[in-house]
Amino acid sequence: MVKINGTDCDMDGKTVAEYLALAGYNPKLVAVEKNGDIVPKAQYDTAVLGDGDTVEVVSFVGGG
Amino acid sequence: MPEEGRHFPSKEEMQKALEERHGADLQRKFSAASVAVCGLGGLGSNIALSLARAGIGRLHLIDFDKVDVTNLHRQQYAAGQVGMYKTQALRDNLRAVSPYIEIVTDTVRITEDNLRELLAGDAVICEAFDGAENKAMLVNGVLEQFPEKYIVAASGMAGISPGNEIRTRKITPRFYLCGDGTSDAAECSGLFSARVMLCAAHQALAVLRLLAGETEV
Repeated sequence: MVKINGTDCDMDGKTVAEYLALAGYNPKLVAVEKNGDIVPKAQYDTAVLGDGDTVEVVSFVGGG
Repeated sequence: MPEEGRHFPSKEEMQKALEERHGADLQRKFSAASVAVCGLGGLGSNIALSLARAGIGRLHLIDFDKVDVTNLHRQQYAAGQVGMYKTQALRDNLRAVSPYIEIVTDTVRITEDNLRELLAGDAVICEAFDGAENKAMLVNGVLEQFPEKYIVAASGMAGISPGNEIRTRKITPRFYLCGDGTSDAAECSGLFSARVMLCAAHQALAVLRLLAGETEV
Protein backbone atom coordinates (compact mmCIF):
# COMPACT_ATOMS: atom_id res chain seq x y z
CA MET A 1 0.00 0.00 0.00
CA VAL A 2 1.03 3.59 -0.63
CA LYS A 3 0.02 6.28 1.87
CA ILE A 4 -1.19 9.20 -0.23
CA ASN A 5 -2.32 12.40 1.54
CA GLY A 6 -2.81 10.34 4.69
CA THR A 7 -4.87 7.52 3.15
CA ASP A 8 -3.65 4.01 2.28
CA CYS A 9 -4.10 3.48 -1.46
CA ASP A 10 -3.56 0.37 -3.58
CA MET A 11 -1.24 2.10 -6.03
CA ASP A 12 1.85 -0.16 -5.79
CA GLY A 13 3.64 -0.26 -9.13
CA LYS A 14 1.89 2.79 -10.58
CA THR A 15 3.92 5.76 -11.74
CA VAL A 16 3.29 9.21 -10.32
CA ALA A 17 1.78 10.24 -13.68
CA GLU A 18 -0.55 7.23 -13.67
CA TYR A 19 -1.69 7.96 -10.12
CA LEU A 20 -2.32 11.65 -10.89
CA ALA A 21 -4.44 10.71 -13.91
CA LEU A 22 -6.41 8.06 -11.97
CA ALA A 23 -7.09 10.47 -9.11
CA GLY A 24 -8.13 13.26 -11.49
CA TYR A 25 -5.32 15.74 -10.76
CA ASN A 26 -4.16 18.27 -13.33
CA PRO A 27 -0.36 17.65 -13.37
CA LYS A 28 0.27 21.34 -14.17
CA LEU A 29 -1.23 22.38 -10.83
CA VAL A 30 0.53 19.99 -8.47
CA ALA A 31 3.71 19.48 -6.49
CA VAL A 32 4.37 15.87 -5.44
CA GLU A 33 6.41 14.91 -2.40
CA LYS A 34 7.52 11.29 -1.92
CA ASN A 35 9.22 10.14 1.30
CA GLY A 36 10.28 13.72 2.14
CA ASP A 37 11.60 14.79 -1.25
CA ILE A 38 9.98 16.60 -4.15
CA VAL A 39 9.46 14.46 -7.26
CA PRO A 40 10.83 16.43 -10.25
CA LYS A 41 8.21 17.03 -12.95
CA ALA A 42 10.41 15.30 -15.52
CA GLN A 43 10.25 12.10 -13.43
CA TYR A 44 6.44 11.80 -13.13
CA ASP A 45 6.40 9.24 -15.95
CA THR A 46 9.17 7.11 -14.48
CA ALA A 47 8.89 7.48 -10.66
CA VAL A 48 7.16 4.32 -9.46
CA LEU A 49 5.16 4.15 -6.23
CA GLY A 50 5.94 1.18 -4.01
CA ASP A 51 4.71 -0.52 -0.87
CA GLY A 52 5.40 1.65 2.20
CA ASP A 53 5.94 4.90 0.28
CA THR A 54 4.43 8.05 1.77
CA VAL A 55 3.23 10.58 -0.81
CA GLU A 56 1.75 14.06 -0.51
CA VAL A 57 0.13 15.66 -3.54
CA VAL A 58 -0.32 19.43 -3.19
CA SER A 59 -2.82 20.70 -5.75
CA PHE A 60 -2.68 24.49 -5.91
CA VAL A 61 -5.78 26.65 -6.15
CA GLY A 62 -5.85 30.23 -7.39
CA GLY A 63 -5.89 33.43 -5.35
CA GLY A 64 -3.29 35.73 -3.90
CA MET B 1 2.99 74.88 15.82
CA PRO B 2 5.76 72.25 15.71
CA GLU B 3 4.70 68.75 16.81
CA GLU B 4 6.70 67.91 19.89
CA GLY B 5 8.95 64.86 19.48
CA ARG B 6 8.32 64.52 15.76
CA HIS B 7 11.47 63.57 13.89
CA PHE B 8 12.75 61.11 11.31
CA PRO B 9 14.53 58.23 13.13
CA SER B 10 18.17 57.55 12.32
CA LYS B 11 19.40 54.13 11.20
CA GLU B 12 20.92 53.58 14.63
CA GLU B 13 17.67 54.50 16.38
CA MET B 14 15.67 52.06 14.26
CA GLN B 15 18.22 49.29 14.69
CA LYS B 16 18.14 49.76 18.46
CA ALA B 17 14.33 49.67 18.50
CA LEU B 18 14.33 46.43 16.48
CA GLU B 19 16.89 44.88 18.84
CA GLU B 20 14.75 45.88 21.82
CA ARG B 21 11.67 44.20 20.33
CA HIS B 22 13.24 41.10 18.75
CA GLY B 23 16.40 40.59 20.76
CA ALA B 24 19.85 41.40 19.41
CA ASP B 25 20.70 37.82 18.35
CA LEU B 26 17.51 37.33 16.35
CA GLN B 27 17.73 40.79 14.84
CA ARG B 28 21.23 39.99 13.61
CA LYS B 29 19.78 37.01 11.72
CA PHE B 30 16.93 39.09 10.29
CA SER B 31 19.30 41.89 9.23
CA ALA B 32 21.61 39.40 7.48
CA ALA B 33 18.80 37.68 5.54
CA SER B 34 17.79 38.02 1.92
CA VAL B 35 14.20 37.08 1.14
CA ALA B 36 12.50 37.08 -2.28
CA VAL B 37 8.81 37.91 -2.65
CA CYS B 38 7.49 36.56 -5.96
CA GLY B 39 4.26 38.33 -6.89
CA LEU B 40 3.30 41.62 -5.21
CA GLY B 41 -0.47 41.28 -4.96
CA GLY B 42 -2.60 40.63 -1.90
CA LEU B 43 -0.16 38.09 -0.51
CA GLY B 44 3.16 39.54 -1.63
CA SER B 45 2.55 43.19 -0.69
CA ASN B 46 1.45 42.15 2.81
CA ILE B 47 4.30 39.65 3.24
CA ALA B 48 6.82 42.29 2.16
CA LEU B 49 5.43 44.87 4.57
CA SER B 50 5.66 42.44 7.50
CA LEU B 51 9.22 41.49 6.58
CA ALA B 52 10.25 45.13 6.08
CA ARG B 53 8.88 46.01 9.52
CA ALA B 54 10.86 43.10 10.98
CA GLY B 55 14.04 44.59 9.55
CA ILE B 56 14.88 41.84 7.07
CA GLY B 57 18.15 43.13 5.63
CA ARG B 58 17.44 42.62 1.94
CA LEU B 59 14.07 42.22 0.26
CA HIS B 60 13.87 41.16 -3.37
CA LEU B 61 10.55 42.24 -4.91
CA ILE B 62 9.50 40.65 -8.20
CA ASP B 63 6.35 41.41 -10.25
CA PHE B 64 5.70 42.43 -13.87
CA ASP B 65 2.35 44.14 -13.24
CA LYS B 66 1.08 47.63 -12.47
CA VAL B 67 -1.20 48.71 -9.62
CA ASP B 68 -4.86 48.55 -10.69
CA VAL B 69 -7.86 50.13 -8.99
CA THR B 70 -9.25 46.62 -8.34
CA ASN B 71 -6.14 45.82 -6.25
CA LEU B 72 -6.75 48.49 -3.62
CA HIS B 73 -9.22 46.47 -1.52
CA ARG B 74 -6.53 44.02 -0.37
CA GLN B 75 -3.08 45.07 -1.56
CA GLN B 76 -0.74 47.49 0.21
CA TYR B 77 -0.94 50.32 -2.32
CA ALA B 78 -2.40 53.81 -2.15
CA ALA B 79 -5.05 55.17 -4.51
CA GLY B 80 -2.51 57.62 -5.89
CA GLN B 81 -0.28 54.70 -7.00
CA VAL B 82 -2.71 53.26 -9.57
CA GLY B 83 -0.80 52.82 -12.82
CA MET B 84 2.65 52.51 -11.19
CA TYR B 85 4.65 49.30 -11.45
CA LYS B 86 4.03 47.31 -8.27
CA THR B 87 7.78 46.90 -7.74
CA GLN B 88 8.26 50.68 -7.60
CA ALA B 89 5.08 51.44 -5.66
CA LEU B 90 5.82 48.79 -3.03
CA ARG B 91 9.46 49.84 -2.76
CA ASP B 92 8.24 53.38 -1.97
CA ASN B 93 5.75 52.09 0.60
CA LEU B 94 8.33 49.84 2.29
CA ARG B 95 10.87 52.67 2.38
CA ALA B 96 8.30 54.82 4.18
CA VAL B 97 8.15 52.36 7.09
CA SER B 98 11.64 50.84 6.94
CA PRO B 99 13.97 53.32 5.25
CA TYR B 100 17.29 51.59 5.89
CA ILE B 101 16.78 48.05 4.54
CA GLU B 102 18.04 47.08 1.10
CA ILE B 103 15.25 46.68 -1.48
CA VAL B 104 16.01 45.10 -4.85
CA THR B 105 13.34 45.04 -7.56
CA ASP B 106 12.86 43.07 -10.76
CA THR B 107 9.95 44.12 -12.97
CA VAL B 108 9.67 40.86 -14.90
CA ARG B 109 7.41 37.83 -15.18
CA ILE B 110 9.01 34.83 -13.44
CA THR B 111 9.22 31.75 -15.65
CA GLU B 112 10.80 28.30 -15.52
CA ASP B 113 13.57 29.71 -17.70
CA ASN B 114 14.57 32.78 -15.67
CA LEU B 115 13.92 31.71 -12.07
CA ARG B 116 17.36 30.17 -11.62
CA GLU B 117 19.07 33.45 -12.44
CA LEU B 118 16.53 35.66 -10.68
CA LEU B 119 16.47 33.85 -7.34
CA ALA B 120 20.11 32.77 -7.02
CA GLY B 121 20.89 35.33 -4.28
CA ASP B 122 17.90 34.73 -1.98
CA ALA B 123 17.92 32.19 0.85
CA VAL B 124 14.16 32.12 1.37
CA ILE B 125 11.58 32.51 -1.39
CA CYS B 126 7.92 33.46 -0.92
CA GLU B 127 5.51 32.25 -3.59
CA ALA B 128 2.80 34.92 -3.69
CA PHE B 129 1.28 34.50 -7.14
CA ASP B 130 -2.39 34.57 -8.03
CA GLY B 131 -2.67 31.75 -10.57
CA ALA B 132 -2.55 28.08 -9.55
CA GLU B 133 -0.39 27.03 -12.51
CA ASN B 134 2.18 29.74 -11.74
CA LYS B 135 2.25 28.71 -8.08
CA ALA B 136 2.99 25.10 -9.04
CA MET B 137 5.63 26.20 -11.56
CA LEU B 138 7.54 28.29 -9.01
CA VAL B 139 7.36 25.73 -6.20
CA ASN B 140 8.53 22.87 -8.41
CA GLY B 141 11.16 25.04 -10.07
CA VAL B 142 12.68 26.25 -6.79
CA LEU B 143 12.63 22.82 -5.13
CA GLU B 144 14.15 21.15 -8.20
CA GLN B 145 16.78 23.78 -8.98
CA PHE B 146 17.71 25.03 -5.50
CA PRO B 147 17.64 22.12 -3.05
CA GLU B 148 19.32 24.31 -0.38
CA LYS B 149 16.70 27.10 -0.40
CA TYR B 150 13.39 27.35 1.44
CA ILE B 151 10.12 28.09 -0.31
CA VAL B 152 7.05 29.33 1.55
CA ALA B 153 3.99 29.08 -0.70
CA ALA B 154 0.25 29.70 -0.40
CA SER B 155 -2.85 27.90 -1.62
CA GLY B 156 -6.43 28.60 -0.61
CA MET B 157 -7.35 31.98 0.91
CA ALA B 158 -10.27 33.16 -1.26
CA GLY B 159 -13.83 33.72 -0.06
CA ILE B 160 -15.03 34.53 3.43
CA SER B 161 -14.78 31.14 5.19
CA PRO B 162 -13.49 31.11 8.79
CA GLY B 163 -9.97 32.38 9.29
CA ASN B 164 -9.13 29.41 11.52
CA GLU B 165 -9.03 27.24 8.39
CA ILE B 166 -5.87 29.06 7.29
CA ARG B 167 -2.81 27.22 8.56
CA THR B 168 0.84 26.48 7.83
CA ARG B 169 1.98 23.01 6.84
CA LYS B 170 5.47 21.63 6.33
CA ILE B 171 5.35 19.51 3.17
CA THR B 172 9.09 18.80 2.95
CA PRO B 173 11.98 20.17 5.05
CA ARG B 174 12.33 22.95 2.40
CA PHE B 175 8.67 23.50 1.42
CA TYR B 176 6.12 25.20 3.66
CA LEU B 177 2.53 25.75 2.53
CA CYS B 178 0.07 28.25 3.99
CA GLY B 179 -3.66 28.58 3.37
CA ASP B 180 -6.77 26.43 3.70
CA GLY B 181 -5.73 24.33 0.70
CA THR B 182 -9.09 24.47 -1.05
CA SER B 183 -10.67 27.95 -1.39
CA ASP B 184 -10.14 28.75 -5.08
CA ALA B 185 -10.52 32.35 -6.21
CA ALA B 186 -12.29 31.07 -9.33
CA GLU B 187 -14.98 29.29 -7.29
CA CYS B 188 -15.30 31.34 -4.09
CA SER B 189 -17.00 34.69 -4.20
CA GLY B 190 -14.12 37.11 -4.22
CA LEU B 191 -11.00 37.80 -2.21
CA PHE B 192 -11.21 39.62 1.11
CA SER B 193 -8.39 41.67 2.53
CA ALA B 194 -8.57 40.23 6.04
CA ARG B 195 -8.45 36.61 4.87
CA VAL B 196 -5.69 37.21 2.33
CA MET B 197 -3.72 39.11 4.99
CA LEU B 198 -4.11 36.15 7.37
CA CYS B 199 -2.51 33.90 4.80
CA ALA B 200 0.21 36.48 4.08
CA ALA B 201 0.87 36.75 7.82
CA HIS B 202 1.26 32.97 8.02
CA GLN B 203 3.82 33.17 5.21
CA ALA B 204 5.72 36.08 6.76
CA LEU B 205 5.78 34.34 10.14
CA ALA B 206 6.99 31.11 8.55
CA VAL B 207 9.88 33.10 7.03
CA LEU B 208 10.78 34.72 10.37
CA ARG B 209 10.63 31.35 12.12
CA LEU B 210 12.90 29.76 9.51
CA LEU B 211 15.40 32.60 9.90
CA ALA B 212 15.23 32.06 13.66
CA GLY B 213 16.06 28.37 13.13
CA GLU B 214 12.55 27.21 14.09
CA THR B 215 11.69 24.57 11.52
CA GLU B 216 8.57 23.00 13.03
CA VAL B 217 5.03 24.29 12.43
